[in-house]
Amino acid sequence: MEFLLVMVAAAAVILIVSAPFRRVEAEGAEAEDVGKSSKVAELEAAREAKYREIRDAELDHRTGKLSDDDFSAVDRSLRAEAISILQALDRAEKR
Amino acid sequence: MATVGRALLILGLVVAVYGIFAALYGARTGQRAWIDSSRRAMYAIAGLMTFAFLIIEVAFLRSDFSYNIVAGASSTTTPTFYKAAAVWSTQQGSLLLWVFLLSLWSSLALFLTRRRVREIVPYATAILLGFCSFFIGLTILFANPFSTSRNPPAEGAGLDPLLRHTTMMIHPPMVYTGYTMLTIPFAFALGALITGRLSAEWIQVTRRFALAAWLCLGIGVLLGARWSYTELGWGGYWAWDPVENAALMPWLLSTAFLHSIMIQEKRGMLKVWNVSLILATGTMAIIGTFLVRSGILSSIHAFVSDPTLNISFVVLITLMVVSSVTMVIRRRAELRSESQLDSLFSREAVFMLQNLVLVALTAVIFWLTFFPLISEAVTGTEQSIGPPTFRPFVVPLALILVLLSGVGPIIAWRRVTVANLRRNFTFPVVVALVTLVVLLVAASGVEAHLFALLMFCFAAFALAAVAQEFWRGVRARRAMTHEAAPMALFSLVRRNRRRYGGYTVHAGLAVLLIGVAGSSSFQHQRYATLKPGQSVRIDGYNIRYAKPTATPSAQEISFGAVLNVSKGGHHVTTLHTSYGIFPSQDPSLGVVGRFFNSGSVESRIGLDAGATHDIWTVVNAANVPPLQGYITKGDQKFAGLLASISKLPAAAQPRALNTLFALRDQFITELTHRFVTHPWPVQFLLIVSPLVSWLWFGGIIIAFGGLIALWPIPVLARRRVRSAAYAARLARELA
Repeated sequence: MEFLLVMVAAAAVILIVSAPFRRVEAEGAEAEDVGKSSKVAELEAAREAKYREIRDAELDHRTGKLSDDDFSAVDRSLRAEAISILQALDRAEKR
Repeated sequence: MATVGRALLILGLVVAVYGIFAALYGARTGQRAWIDSSRRAMYAIAGLMTFAFLIIEVAFLRSDFSYNIVAGASSTTTPTFYKAAAVWSTQQGSLLLWVFLLSLWSSLALFLTRRRVREIVPYATAILLGFCSFFIGLTILFANPFSTSRNPPAEGAGLDPLLRHTTMMIHPPMVYTGYTMLTIPFAFALGALITGRLSAEWIQVTRRFALAAWLCLGIGVLLGARWSYTELGWGGYWAWDPVENAALMPWLLSTAFLHSIMIQEKRGMLKVWNVSLILATGTMAIIGTFLVRSGILSSIHAFVSDPTLNISFVVLITLMVVSSVTMVIRRRAELRSESQLDSLFSREAVFMLQNLVLVALTAVIFWLTFFPLISEAVTGTEQSIGPPTFRPFVVPLALILVLLSGVGPIIAWRRVTVANLRRNFTFPVVVALVTLVVLLVAASGVEAHLFALLMFCFAAFALAAVAQEFWRGVRARRAMTHEAAPMALFSLVRRNRRRYGGYTVHAGLAVLLIGVAGSSSFQHQRYATLKPGQSVRIDGYNIRYAKPTATPSAQEISFGAVLNVSKGGHHVTTLHTSYGIFPSQDPSLGVVGRFFNSGSVESRIGLDAGATHDIWTVVNAANVPPLQGYITKGDQKFAGLLASISKLPAAAQPRALNTLFALRDQFITELTHRFVTHPWPVQFLLIVSPLVSWLWFGGIIIAFGGLIALWPIPVLARRRVRSAAYAARLARELA
């Protein structure tokens, strides 16, 4: 019984670990298309962070931590940074 | 099933080693199948370790004493709840729990990142599998939970009485969850350094794990403090003990990390700092495990120690430090900041200062924790370090921290003007000043405790700052949506979980530190030896030893006391405290003596906890001198009877033994009841401690805030990201 359990566990491990090789044989190299290029992923991460920053500045403005003048300066600069990230993202996605 | 367990461990080690090879080969050749296979190796290890852990749990629940660890840490009389928790009271079970949790969290992290940070993932996988190999290797070579005995005892030794506490079910798994989760950002940070992918991407994918680790470690530390307060019988919750410090240090560093990564995400700054911080935090988590498991420093929290593990841990820690330092130096050029600090009066500047304070605090604690070892290495004598050595360093830094926890939320990113400072600081400063005046007028003697007074004022400042932020946020939301105030609050928090979860944590920290300052500065404590009917006064309370209690049973002899507490002639509360002695299995202590002279004891405190103060007491009935004469006589008499029985025919012996044990039990019952019928004076430790409940309440608020920040972003909020993207694109096209 114990031997059988160990064999079942070992077989399950082999099945789990070898699955990607069997899939490659069956489906070819389609897995490569699933993900995005690292440059795009990096820029997307930067874009998300920038949006968060813009939203934080908006909330800071609404709650009175930033005056109108300061907010417009900060917001302008953040949006400019966001635009350059979006431009870089477009370029990276076209490649 | 022990054979299956041993085989699972070996299989786990083989799979981990294979996984490391597959991950590195996949990273080198770019073949995804190998990388995917290495990730699946981690899933397989998680399955194997779950199976192995279940086998051990079932052995404990079934009291299968053929397993050495079950015989050593459980018994048939151990309650089921504690049987389940007894697994991690042992060295072997504890290490198995470590690798079980590590494999689970690593599998989750690798599953969530299976289509992200593709260059980094293979190296992170190899590092996480390396940790798995190390800990599985330890369980196989030095602390095998599946080692068995050919001649199992009929009864186990039982769980250490000090560990029979409800928090013990949760405290170790929580601390270990924190430690194991901290290895995930460590692995990804090292992977980012190896691959040179040093943008904020690795931070984004591991931030949630760092936050979860911080939350679990914090809950674990707090539960440990609660256990210390209610179980150890010394009346305190924090002793600056090495094991306590071992858990606190990575928590402090991860607190710093969670703040400083925001600066990297927003400004591209502090890259060297962040990567170094998380590498140090991961290393500190392993050092924490090492301190608990090795016993190199004496601790009230360490119940097992094994010096054979020392070399293995030292090698691992050295490897982690050397590889971290080497990689940071190698990548120093790519880790340069992308922008600079705009103003010293900005949130990022406050975060930087807070980071410095947290790291300084960790450095002080690290130095003082290891000072006994260092002093022994240098002078040959181990110098002990106690709380008075820590206080002069820790208290001022804690004051700065609580002040900054109020400043952070009310100061904006990037730039601050004088007008804004005035607008945002007025209310919190006024609240802090009012607190100061009220305390000086209403609380006599408070001025003598400068640090406590400052802590109360700074905490009031922080609480007012957080309250102001919530109030203004709700007001702004209501102006936009016209929602009712509770709904506006709910929506505000829901849409800005990181921000308002963080603010809640800051409020919790302020409440917690009020509790720490109050209880440590204004505590009244005294020892009193009393006979029934006698009274003692402490902090205006009259405490009367009303009556003794005694409860004998086969599992425990318990001597207790009922104390009536009154103030100004009015009854306040009744406290029950007891001292339990668990029978020893050592026959050399005597047939009767092993019930009374066992070293296995547990103090049960009497506690009346309230919002303003706790009244805490414990009875020390360790010495039973009035009974010693009877115990010695009983031992002699029963030893003689046992010798006579051994000469009887074998068939007659069981009946005679049963009669003898019944007589022994009756004798023990009568002896125990002498504590009630002929009471002798016993010593009580009595403590009146203000604001202790604030500490636990603050901890609950911190955990609640952490959960808010950790909760996944709802679909609605994701949609906002997209709409923001369209707005930004529109802005670009218009430009």
